[in-house]
Amino acid sequence: MNELNVSYDTSIPNNVGLADDRRVLKALEKWHPGYLDWWKTMGPEGFQESMVYLRTAVSVDPKGWAQFGYVKMPEYRWGVLLAPQEEGRTIPFGNHMGEPVWQEIPGEYRAMLRRLVVIQGDTEPASVEQQRHLGATAPSLYDMRNLFQVNVEEARHLWAMVYLLQKYFGSDGREESAELLRRRSGDVDKPRMLGAFNEATPDWLSFFMFTYFTDRDGKMQLESLAQSGFDPLSRTCRFMLTEEAHHMFVGESGISRVVQRTCEAMKEAGITDPYDIEAIRKLGVIDLPTVQKKANLHYTLSLDLFGSEISTNAANAFNAGLKGRYQETKIDDDHRLLDATYPVMKLIDGKPTLVNEPALTAINMRLRDDYSADAAKGVQRWNKVISKAGVDFELTLPHTAFHRHIGEFANINVTPDGELVDNESFSRQRDRWLPSVEDGEYIASLMKGCMEPGKYANWISPPKVAIDNLPGDFEFVQIAA
Amino acid sequence: MSKAKRQHLIDPEICIRCYTCEDACPIDAITHDDNNVVVDASICNFCMDCISPCPTGSIDNWRFVTKAYSLDAQFEWDELPEQEDIGDDNDSLGEAIEDDIGALISKAHAGTGGRPVAPASASKASINLFSRANPVVATVQGSYRITDADAENDVQHIILGLGDTVFPVLEGQSVGIVPPGTRDDGRPHDFRLYSICSARDGEKRNGNNIALTVKRVDGGLCSEYLCNLKRGDKVEITGPFGSTFLMPNDPNCNIVMICTGTGSAPFRAFTERRRRAMPGASGKLVMYFGARTPGELPYFGPLKKVPTSVLEQHLVYSRLKDQPKEYVQDRMRKHADSLTELLTSEQTHIFICGLKGMETGVDEALADVCRGKGLVWDEIKPQMRRQGRYHVETY
Repeated sequence: MNELNVSYDTSIPNNVGLADDRRVLKALEKWHPGYLDWWKTMGPEGFQESMVYLRTAVSVDPKGWAQFGYVKMPEYRWGVLLAPQEEGRTIPFGNHMGEPVWQEIPGEYRAMLRRLVVIQGDTEPASVEQQRHLGATAPSLYDMRNLFQVNVEEARHLWAMVYLLQKYFGSDGREESAELLRRRSGDVDKPRMLGAFNEATPDWLSFFMFTYFTDRDGKMQLESLAQSGFDPLSRTCRFMLTEEAHHMFVGESGISRVVQRTCEAMKEAGITDPYDIEAIRKLGVIDLPTVQKKANLHYTLSLDLFGSEISTNAANAFNAGLKGRYQETKIDDDHRLLDATYPVMKLIDGKPTLVNEPALTAINMRLRDDYSADAAKGVQRWNKVISKAGVDFELTLPHTAFHRHIGEFANINVTPDGELVDNESFSRQRDRWLPSVEDGEYIASLMKGCMEPGKYANWISPPKVAIDNLPGDFEFVQIAA
Repeated sequence: MSKAKRQHLIDPEICIRCYTCEDACPIDAITHDDNNVVVDASICNFCMDCISPCPTGSIDNWRFVTKAYSLDAQFEWDELPEQEDIGDDNDSLGEAIEDDIGALISKAHAGTGGRPVAPASASKASINLFSRANPVVATVQGSYRITDADAENDVQHIILGLGDTVFPVLEGQSVGIVPPGTRDDGRPHDFRLYSICSARDGEKRNGNNIALTVKRVDGGLCSEYLCNLKRGDKVEITGPFGSTFLMPNDPNCNIVMICTGTGSAPFRAFTERRRRAMPGASGKLVMYFGARTPGELPYFGPLKKVPTSVLEQHLVYSRLKDQPKEYVQDRMRKHADSLTELLTSEQTHIFICGLKGMETGVDEALADVCRGKGLVWDEIKPQMRRQGRYHVETY
């Protein structure tokens, strides 16, 4: 069969020949009802009967890979789509470098790979759960549609991981697939596996921050799994990245529009001091210092997702050829890292200091650095919006050691500038650096649904361009349909 | 003024630097520095592989330039430059990349009365994915006559399967076909354009096929070729073409479709799209369709099955026995009330498609309709055109 085209002749659209793979098809069909139950109980609250203008992946060919149209979310065609197989692809790093990629899992790496797939898989439904209450307070139909697009695609990414589990991991895979539907974000007894995915997403500013900072961690993880010597995993992740890019866009443009609206409102009201928070909040917009605090929070929670700076697990996965580095094939080195070192930030004499460590065990650190560089670029673009509006304020990313719960800096207190302080001093100043209860309450007070086509909540600008070349006043969600 | 060329650019204000386009480009024409992602004009061959994967739409920007912007210039941009003034010698810039196709479309759209503008809510059209040098080989999946056997006009409905090729189309777009063989002087034949009469998701839903409406013209090289094709035959097609005569996506839009003969092709596509994707649309879909007799009217049978909730049909005949001749413009005059109500709505789009000869009559009818209600068609028309709400495609 041609893998560019998606087959719709089973209930699960796919380009992996499911119709001829009775065992896996049966397993997925058995999993499907539980999945739909999960979507209905843990997916977006309300709006399940609304017609939403969504894109559905219909091909993995870049020409016309997606189609836009109105669809009720429970009727979305979630499918299993892998990027086309590359003829003659070889393992690009680690001990097996240069060998042909694996189409089946080598027995000795089974457990390690299962863990990687399950962790990735667990984040996908988790974010849907975290965001399920946001529909009712959407600042516009356009934003609501973007939220739901992110949700259905994260759910499709769950499908992608479950396919790998069902296809390659036998009864273990079936059990893990079921577990993915049992865990719940923030649940005391059965939480999701990673910390940031158990935090609440209480408001739209958090949602934009989450899609900008936390989904970007997802992007980096997918990028490094896309390098994998296990070819089906690589191909799955490569296609997921095409969708993930939209999620980054929702975050970056979302914050950009918040910042722009704040600057405009300040200008109209003749306010020049960005720290005149009381006056700015009277305008019903989000003051820039609060945007900064939200960024501090979400950036640091996302840094924690990269794990410990020094990690033998990461080294093992690299050696085994299962998980590479960001843009592995574009890096100019031996791709084995036998003698290489990498500068790792550690706490030396009470000061965060760069120390050369074996590059192999510093894989996490390197990915995190690549992440930080990527995240910093968008912050610069937000700053352009601010400076263009003539407001004297600059958003920054806090120091790596600030507000950390995992790794080298988990048990110390550091200011956003990187200065070590004691517990008491940190607690006293915490609300200057991280969102306070009052900040949360103020943001919550702005969260009122704005559901008329073409109308946008007062705290956010309309988009410069909407999706699918449609105007901003298009009826992106037909609520009462 | 020297001949302008099309240059592919990325909007740095919208782009989020995800580099998805860079990965999608099969010939490495896209690169980036710390500031911007840019397209190298000396490499880009307009294959369009990067357009659809871009999450932001920033990739879908074009300028007509007499001298291409260099990579260094693009790296420095904070925003896209304005379109330079290249003279208005060609209204069809943007409808197709090849000059001969552009000229055909320009001629077909001449009746619009100025540079045509796409409806505000239309999807962005992909154009020129396949060119004369690189056509798609389609397979005829079916071909049948859609006028009565004894009708004077033989109009065929031809379904073309696209196999594994992705060929994204929008309702209102056309494909190009070159009849096989060569002219007497050994050069290939000229292009012909045919409107696609199926919806964007296929003649058969998700079937990856398209359908064309072709009238057999006696001695017409291309139409004879197409109408004689049999199931299983191969035919080379290019395109898609056209970026303004497109269906509005907004279900609140009223769409008035006025046509004769094979001019009904795009409107069959519009109707099918509405029926499939917007069953509860609040906007009206109104058709004025003229033919000599019901037997001469393409799709007469299928049209009878379209419910009035989807399509308001006015089928008008000029050669019915014992009845006075009636043309679409006559019927429109009778509907002055409902038409003026539509014309005063900002949601209303007018599309005219058919033979050149119908243009004047329809235009006069619209003018009369307006006059009777104290409106001035000569003022309304250019405004509708500028807002992407007035479209003419005639041949």
